[in-house]
Amino acid sequence: MDLFSTFFNIPVLMQSLPQLMNGLLVTIGIGATSIIAGLIGGLVLAVMRLYSGPLVNALVRGYIDVFRSIPLLVLLIIVYYALPFVGIRLSPFFSAVTALTLVSSAYTAEIFRAGIEAIPKGQFEASAALGLSNRYTMTDVILPQAIRIVIPPLTNNCINVLKDTALASVVAMPDLLKQATQAQALAANPTPLIGAAVIYLILLLPMVRFVARLEKRFSRGRS
Amino acid sequence: MKAPLIKISNLRKTYGNFVALHGIDLEIAQGEVLCVVGPSGSGKSTLIRCINHLEPFEDGSDITVDGIPVRAGPDLDQVRAEVGMVFQSFNLFPHMTVLRNVMLAPIRVRKMSEADAEKRARDLLERVGISVQADKYPAHLSGGQQQRVAIARALAMEPKVLLFDEPTSALDPEMVGEVLDVMKKLAGTGVTMVVVTHEMGFARQVADRVLFMDGGAIIEAGTPGEIFDAPNEERTRNFLQAVLAH
Repeated sequence: MDLFSTFFNIPVLMQSLPQLMNGLLVTIGIGATSIIAGLIGGLVLAVMRLYSGPLVNALVRGYIDVFRSIPLLVLLIIVYYALPFVGIRLSPFFSAVTALTLVSSAYTAEIFRAGIEAIPKGQFEASAALGLSNRYTMTDVILPQAIRIVIPPLTNNCINVLKDTALASVVAMPDLLKQATQAQALAANPTPLIGAAVIYLILLLPMVRFVARLEKRFSRGRS
Repeated sequence: MKAPLIKISNLRKTYGNFVALHGIDLEIAQGEVLCVVGPSGSGKSTLIRCINHLEPFEDGSDITVDGIPVRAGPDLDQVRAEVGMVFQSFNLFPHMTVLRNVMLAPIRVRKMSEADAEKRARDLLERVGISVQADKYPAHLSGGQQQRVAIARALAMEPKVLLFDEPTSALDPEMVGEVLDVMKKLAGTGVTMVVVTHEMGFARQVADRVLFMDGGAIIEAGTPGEIFDAPNEERTRNFLQAVLAH
């Protein structure tokens, strides 16, 4: 058996393609849900950290530190295999989304905090001097400016979340990777794995290019 | 004389061990134009930044604006809505057009309708000579134009008092005049103004009262004639000699 028919076996690929596409949908479903929930969670955490007292501040900082330190795979396995012992039983989908969101929120919170802190103090002062409430200061003045700054790092974070969805295959989630390994076992040929890798690349390469372009544009704007 | 609009008593402000303000007592009358002069680090900016609580001050200090106490808490935004401020570095909102900059606070704080806010904003921009640039972004305006927009933005709230924190210090020399002209016109309309400035000519011409500060204290106060022509204090004389010599 030569290399080509081992790794790039077209009939095997064609046969497994519908299965891979189903897996892709699951991957995108987990990824999109976790990304959106992580954005909301991260924004809430960042604003809490900015406007609340020392106690809440310390709690939020503790959360961020813990979930940036814990390996995602460990967290996922705890959510799926350990929580049932205390009566919390989550489906594979929700286990994956929960673990990804907890971690993504922590990273996103740090990104938003950096973005908000990059806004000059004068913008906060001008808003305060006009009598704008904290809420309007955020929604009308600070966040619209901060969003532009955080788009490149946020997109980077989205890429990481999408890549990490592959870990969901560990909890029997029929995502792209899981479907590929099953198809590989069935066909006794690794081509579906290569196919899955290519699909991941097609999904993520444009986002990586997008971030690179944004970062270049931002650095040009600064100089 | 009418009751003072702003009452400041025993205003103390410290940064660690450094005392920025040593128990200031000051009353500012309705309609008064007060200019605050003094060397850098004398506490004059700190003083006016305390009036709208951009700088928190020490316990035991007391400031009221039109009878409302200035202190951290739910009423603070209400006091700030009545106290306009113009900053040295303009601090316009760069992601909004000039017009939206002026409209924002009346809509959000005064709950004014879009149409009314726009009408008021256009009138004010006309008054400060920026009506043609209403739909541009701040970055496309000169420093002098930006500062005039900032004045219009503060006026849009119809504040009871306008604070100016060295409004011409960040401007190129050729733009100082246009901003001072707008402020002179304003002073003629009966608005209460507190102006921290290095422009002695402006202070002499426009102020009802001039305050000389040094080392976190008011050294002397009086009419422009008294302060500039016949200062009582050695420190005032030295300062004026230094700034007026060149």
